[in-house]
Amino acid sequence: MQSEVSPSEPRPQRTLVETRNLYKWFPIKGGLLGRTVGNVRAVDGVTLSVIRGETFGLVGESGSGKTTVARVIMKLTPATKGQVLFDGTDITREKGQSLRHHRRKMQMVFQDPYASLDPRQSVGSALTETMKINHVVETGGEANRLAARLIEIVGLNPDHLARYPHEFSGGQRQRIAVARALAVNPEFILLDEPTSSLDVSVQAQILNLLKQLQTELELTYMFISHNLSVIKHMSDRVAVMYLGRIVEVASTERLFVHPKHPYTLALLSAIPDPDPSTRNANKTVIQGDVPSPINIPPGCRFRSRCPYATQKCADEFPPYVEVEPSHWIECHYDLNLDPGELVQGKTDVVPPS
Amino acid sequence: MPSVWKIPRKRSWTRVLTESQLVPSESKRALEIRNLRVVFHTYAGVVKAIDGIDLTVYKHELLGLVGESGCGKSVTALAIAGLLPENAKIQSGKILLDGDDLLGRSKQELRIARLTDIALVFQDPMTYLNPVISVGNQLTDLFNENLKVYRNELIGYRLSQIEAELERNPGDTIKLQKERERLTSLRENPSLKLGQGEGKRLSRLRAIEYLKLVQLPEPERIMKSYPFELSGGMRQRAMIAMALIRRPKVLLADEITTALDVTVQAQILKLVQELRDKIDSAIIIITHDLGVVAQVCDRVAVMYAGNIVELATVDEMFSHPMHPYTKGLFAAIPKLHGDSKGSLESIKGSVPDLIYPPSGCRFHPRCPMAFDRCQNVKPPPVEISPGHFVWCLLYAH
Repeated sequence: MQSEVSPSEPRPQRTLVETRNLYKWFPIKGGLLGRTVGNVRAVDGVTLSVIRGETFGLVGESGSGKTTVARVIMKLTPATKGQVLFDGTDITREKGQSLRHHRRKMQMVFQDPYASLDPRQSVGSALTETMKINHVVETGGEANRLAARLIEIVGLNPDHLARYPHEFSGGQRQRIAVARALAVNPEFILLDEPTSSLDVSVQAQILNLLKQLQTELELTYMFISHNLSVIKHMSDRVAVMYLGRIVEVASTERLFVHPKHPYTLALLSAIPDPDPSTRNANKTVIQGDVPSPINIPPGCRFRSRCPYATQKCADEFPPYVEVEPSHWIECHYDLNLDPGELVQGKTDVVPPS
Repeated sequence: MPSVWKIPRKRSWTRVLTESQLVPSESKRALEIRNLRVVFHTYAGVVKAIDGIDLTVYKHELLGLVGESGCGKSVTALAIAGLLPENAKIQSGKILLDGDDLLGRSKQELRIARLTDIALVFQDPMTYLNPVISVGNQLTDLFNENLKVYRNELIGYRLSQIEAELERNPGDTIKLQKERERLTSLRENPSLKLGQGEGKRLSRLRAIEYLKLVQLPEPERIMKSYPFELSGGMRQRAMIAMALIRRPKVLLADEITTALDVTVQAQILKLVQELRDKIDSAIIIITHDLGVVAQVCDRVAVMYAGNIVELATVDEMFSHPMHPYTKGLFAAIPKLHGDSKGSLESIKGSVPDLIYPPSGCRFHPRCPMAFDRCQNVKPPPVEISPGHFVWCLLYAH
């Protein structure tokens, strides 16, 4: 179902979605005159690229900015600064017809299946509406046939097309949301926590479906989650976000076996492992809470919770370095971290030369 | 150094088993649920939410109650706490707390029991903490509204605090000594009334100590703060403090970390583990997250559609799951370690409608091992190995 490239369109790029130095700040108004007294720096300089055909995982806790990055990429909210590129074209300031052309190729699946479907619209109508708006089909009959095919692709029945969202379970609604995303034949699907509100066994079904669809339909995914196990299962490459910036990017294998940023290690250590034999492993639990994105401390923003922080971390903003091929971290040091245990003071700290 | 509780010797579940060589004696049972059946009367029909469960919880243990949506784990917690909604009816069964049937009690008695014996901590602390009352006041209200119950604890605590203070600073003790005299006479004469100001002061001091117990930094500042000024993890700790004030025999923690970030969740779970050694209660952890169970609990009960399907120690359950549903659940979790790129095994079908539940074993329509008898006979419990129970006809004779 890959769309054919007409001769007048530019050649498909290897990098499908890219952000360059992306910022999204939300102003805080205050005082008598309603002046801007501060900003919630939700996305504070994010540069990432998603390669065609891959699943790019974006992981972080609340306040990390991952959902905001998603919304800016999908142009649901304008960027404050920086660029968003799709298939080589800068779409940051695009509007109107040309934007709609790109919107067809990028679709999104949201976290809450109870909120993302219009309760007053039947499933079939939701699917055919997007098709008609985006001129995917010529006639109503064609739309209905395509809708029936889509609903079967996601594992539901064509009889379900006449029903309304409230008649379905959470897992079924997410399937409908996926069908809706597929309705316009996209190249890229951004999935924001698509299985977080679902039970484990339902989650397994949805994740299997997504993988199967990716192979059959040559899709590119950006998969956002706070659940590292799910990210590991789905992604080819993973980026870890903390307080509005990406602190580590690597291939999935490398990230989970050899994380280089202390925050990544903290996240990995914090996951309750469904293996009771790791219970008494000496895992230091990281202290404190995530600082507010309004008052971001100077220097490295993770230093207040980092067990390896030095004075340099407080004084200077850390550089973004490639510590291994295709493995980038934002840190002053190249730490030799052992994911098996996070023990204070027992790592080799190699200062950059 | 005044301690919040007399710290008992650490007793792990497995040690209790081997020491007695049998099922632990009755005196070690904190809570016993026998053949509990709960239904909900709704406009759509009668929901048979809990279908005859049997469960014993022992003192000092951390029992995990795990299952997916609709399995009945929260309803079980509410039934124990006596907080079922109006349209719920307990059709049969007993819930024995220290041998006393909770279900046979009057509403007033239940209210008192909830005050002292059973404590419930919920998932979303922002919903359950009063947003217009400071955290400190919410804690002290618990004491002040029930001074009769907490009197001795408050007096005893303050006295031990004074003793410690006197030991540290032998000079300038007149004020403290006067207070000690007053408190001692109060303790010796139960009929002597505690002054309102006195009561408030004692409550406040005791509340601060509870905040320290849940490892909240700057407890005096937290006392003055409102819930919205605290982060999610701090609010959850405050809720746990409120639950512990009642020195419950049973502490029910219903999805307490689900709404929290993973790093904060790790802190809270560590706190719960540390608390277990310090307090007298049995703790029931209700969750859908098997990782939480593996890391924190001693034993685990798996629930499906209103039944307990398997019960074992955590080590046993994770190394030898027996029930097809348990096995399916484990297979469906994406693994953090090891190869995880293949497709996940999922359990076919979906959770049944409990208005029209399947006959016999409620899991049989989705079970890969089901045979004819499964749809006719409700499986009885079978003890596969000591302490490991399965409710499945595959193992019955």
